[in-house]
Amino acid sequence: MLEITEGSHAVAEAVRLCRPQVVSAYPITPQTHIVEALADMVANCQLDADYITVENELSALSACVGASAAGSRVYSATTSQGLALMFEVCFNAAGMRLPIVMTIANRALGAPLSIWNDQQDSISLRDSGWLQFYAEDNQEATDLHFIAYKVCEDHSVLLPAMVCFDGFILSHVYEPVDMLSQEDVDRYLPPFTPYQRLDAADPISFGMYATPDYYHEFRYEIDNAAKRAKKVIQKAGKEFGTMFGRDYSALVEGYRLDDAETAIVAMGSICGTIKDSIDEMRAEGKKVGLLKLRVFRPFPSEEIAQALSNVKRVAVLDKNISLGAKGAVAIEVRDALYGSAIPVKGYVLGLGGRDVRKKDIKEIVSLVEKGVGDQFFGLRRELL
Amino acid sequence: MVDKTLELFDCGHRACGGCGAALAARLVMKGAGKNTVVVSSTGCMEVFSTPYPETAWKVPWIHSLFENASAVASGVEASLKKQGRTEKVIVMAGDGATFDIGMICISGAFERGHDFTYICYDNEAYMNTGIQRSGATPYDASTTTSPAGSCSFGNKLPKKDMPQIIAAHGAPYVATASIAYPADLMQKVEKAINTKGPCYVQVHAPCCTGWGFEGEQTIAIAKLAIETGLWVNYEMVDGKVGKVKKVVKKPVEEYLKTQKRFRHLFKPVRQDAEIAVIQAMADKNFEKYGIEIKLKKE
Amino acid sequence: MALAIGCRAKPGKSRDNKTGSWRVFKPVFDKEKCTKCGLCMTLCPEGCIHQTDEEFVEPDYTYCKGCGICAEECPGEGIEMKQEEK
Repeated sequence: MLEITEGSHAVAEAVRLCRPQVVSAYPITPQTHIVEALADMVANCQLDADYITVENELSALSACVGASAAGSRVYSATTSQGLALMFEVCFNAAGMRLPIVMTIANRALGAPLSIWNDQQDSISLRDSGWLQFYAEDNQEATDLHFIAYKVCEDHSVLLPAMVCFDGFILSHVYEPVDMLSQEDVDRYLPPFTPYQRLDAADPISFGMYATPDYYHEFRYEIDNAAKRAKKVIQKAGKEFGTMFGRDYSALVEGYRLDDAETAIVAMGSICGTIKDSIDEMRAEGKKVGLLKLRVFRPFPSEEIAQALSNVKRVAVLDKNISLGAKGAVAIEVRDALYGSAIPVKGYVLGLGGRDVRKKDIKEIVSLVEKGVGDQFFGLRRELL
Repeated sequence: MVDKTLELFDCGHRACGGCGAALAARLVMKGAGKNTVVVSSTGCMEVFSTPYPETAWKVPWIHSLFENASAVASGVEASLKKQGRTEKVIVMAGDGATFDIGMICISGAFERGHDFTYICYDNEAYMNTGIQRSGATPYDASTTTSPAGSCSFGNKLPKKDMPQIIAAHGAPYVATASIAYPADLMQKVEKAINTKGPCYVQVHAPCCTGWGFEGEQTIAIAKLAIETGLWVNYEMVDGKVGKVKKVVKKPVEEYLKTQKRFRHLFKPVRQDAEIAVIQAMADKNFEKYGIEIKLKKE
Repeated sequence: MALAIGCRAKPGKSRDNKTGSWRVFKPVFDKEKCTKCGLCMTLCPEGCIHQTDEEFVEPDYTYCKGCGICAEECPGEGIEMKQEEK
C-alpha cells in the first residue's frame, strides 16, 4: 500500500513486518525515530517483541548477539558514534555467524562532532564481515530490510547485515513508499530457523577461542560466506521482484550507463541527485551515466568491472575518507578495474552533511574529463 | 531440587592444578543444574574451558566478549522468554570482567531487572592475562600492575564492594560464597537461580598461580580468608544482610603469610604498619557483619 | 575435521585432553582410612574423583593433575601424595 511516510517510520514498519522477537534500542540521532516508532508499536500491541532499552550501544548489539544465539530474529539500529562504540561487537557477531539485521542511519564520525550525514560510519566497518546494503531512497531502505533478513538467515550465509540509509536526507524525509502487507512479508520471509541455537536439550559451546592452528581457516570460511552471499542476494532480490514487482537482484545498477563515456560511481541517496544531474547533462549532449552500488559488502568487483567495461573514464564519489589515503569506494573500484586502461578518479564530498547539488556533479564530470581528481571536492578555500 | 551428583563441567579442561575457579565452575553448575544457559565473559574460565574444538561445558554455553556478558545474557533471557522456554540464564565472569570492564553492562542488566543470575568468580586480579590488578584486588596485594617494590607496598586501593553496588540496583538476592564451603555455595546458587529477577553471587576462588601458593592449599586458604574476616560469606535478601558465616577470629597475618602476593609485608622486613591497616579492614568487617564467634572464657 | 560454524563444539571433546599427563605427584587412596564422606569428590577441581561399586572413591588418573587438594582436605588423612614414577 502506498503511503507518504518519514523514512525512519517506513523502516520501523518494515522491521515490524519482519516479526523480530527481540529488539534492542539506544537513542542516537538520526536513527532515534526508528526505535521510537518500534517502541510505540510494542506499546500498542502491534509488535510482539521483547523491547530492551539498553544502557549503551555495545549492549544493544550484545543483546542482539545473545537473543540471536538463543534462537530469535532480532533487530537494532544505530549510527556514527554508536556504531563505533559497537566496533568489537560487530566483529564478534559476524565471527559467530549470527544473522542480525541492523539499520544504520549514516552519519559522520567525530571528532569534530557532527550529527549530519556521510557514510564514514558503516564504511569504516567494511572489514567486519557484515553484509552492507546502501539505499538510494526510502523505498529501497524499506525493501532492503526484508531482503536483508532473508539473505542473512540463509544457512549458506549466516552473517549479520547492515541496511544503510543516509541520516536526515532519507531518515527524516517524507517520501512515498509502497509498503508490503503482513501477508506479503510472511510469504516472502518465513519464520526464523536458526542453524544452531543455545538449547539445554542439545547443548553447544558457542564462541570458543581459536588457536593459530584454526583461526586462519575460520576467517576464510567467513569470507567465503560473505562471497556466497552474492548469489543469495541475487536470488532473494529476484524473488522479491517476482512477488512484488521491484527487482533487487542486481548488486549494482546502471542508469543511462549503456552508451556512457563518463561513468559516475556512487552509493546512497546521492544517486538521486546524480540521476537528475545526468538527465540535464544528457539533454546537453554529454554521455554520462551512473553506476549505483546497492551492495558494498560483499564487494561486487566483477559486476563493477563488467558494467564499466565500455566507458572512457570513471568518477567515484565518496562520502567518506580513509584519512591519510583516499575515499574507500574509489580505492575498491579502482581495484575492480585493475588491468583495464580506464582512468578512475575519486572525489570526496558531502562529508558531515555538506550538501551535494546537481551543479557539483556537473563540475565533477568536467574535472574527470580533464583528468583531475583524487581530491576533496568543494573545499571552502576561505577557511583554509 | 537440582541433581547435585551431575557433573556439568567436564574433565580435560586446562586450568592449573588446584585452580579455585575450576572448582567454582563445577560447584556452580551443580547448584544450577542442566536446564541452564551459561554466558561467559573472556577470562581464565572461558579460556581454560573452551579451546576449540575442546569444550568442558555440558550445558549450552556462549562467550561473546570481555565486558558484555550481562548484555548478552539480557538478550538470551529476552529470547527465551519470547519463545516460552524454561532454561535459566547465568553469567560466569571473573572479577576483572565484573568489577571493571563489565560495570556498564552489569548496571544496565540489573537496572532493567532481567531474570538471570550473575556469578562472579573472584580470584582478585586479571589472572588470564598474567596477574594484573583489578577493582577486586585487595589492599597491599602485589600484582604485575601494582607490584610491591622499594617504594610501594603493592595495591594501594581497597577492594570494591561489588555486592553492595548490585544490591543498590534493587537486586532481590545477592550473596557472597566461597569454594571453601561448597554446600553453602551450591545452595546459594540454587537460591539465586530460583529467585525471580537479577541475582548476584560472588564466589571467592583463590588462585594458586596468581596469589603464590601450592595448589593443594586452595581450600585451606579460602577458609583462612573467611576466618580472618578478609572475606565475609553472607546473603542479602532485598538488600537486607543475613545468614552471615560466623567464625572464630584469626589474625590477618595467618592468611597473608601463606601467599607470595603479600610476602613483601614480611620479608625482608616485617611491615607492622601495613599489616595493621589490613587488620583494621578485617576488624571493620567483623564489626559490620557481626561474624565473630566469641569463645566462652574458661 | 571440518570447522564448526561460529567456532562452537558439542560437549565431550575436552576429554580428548588427558590432563593426567601433567602430574608430578599422584594421590594414593587408602581404603582402610576412607570414611566415604565424599569431600574429595566435591572439592576436586577436575571432578575426576568418582565412586566405585563398593562405594569407595578413586580418581580417574587419566585426568588427575595431582594438585593435592584431596589429600590436603581428607578428614581421615586417607590420601597421600606420592611422587609418580614415569
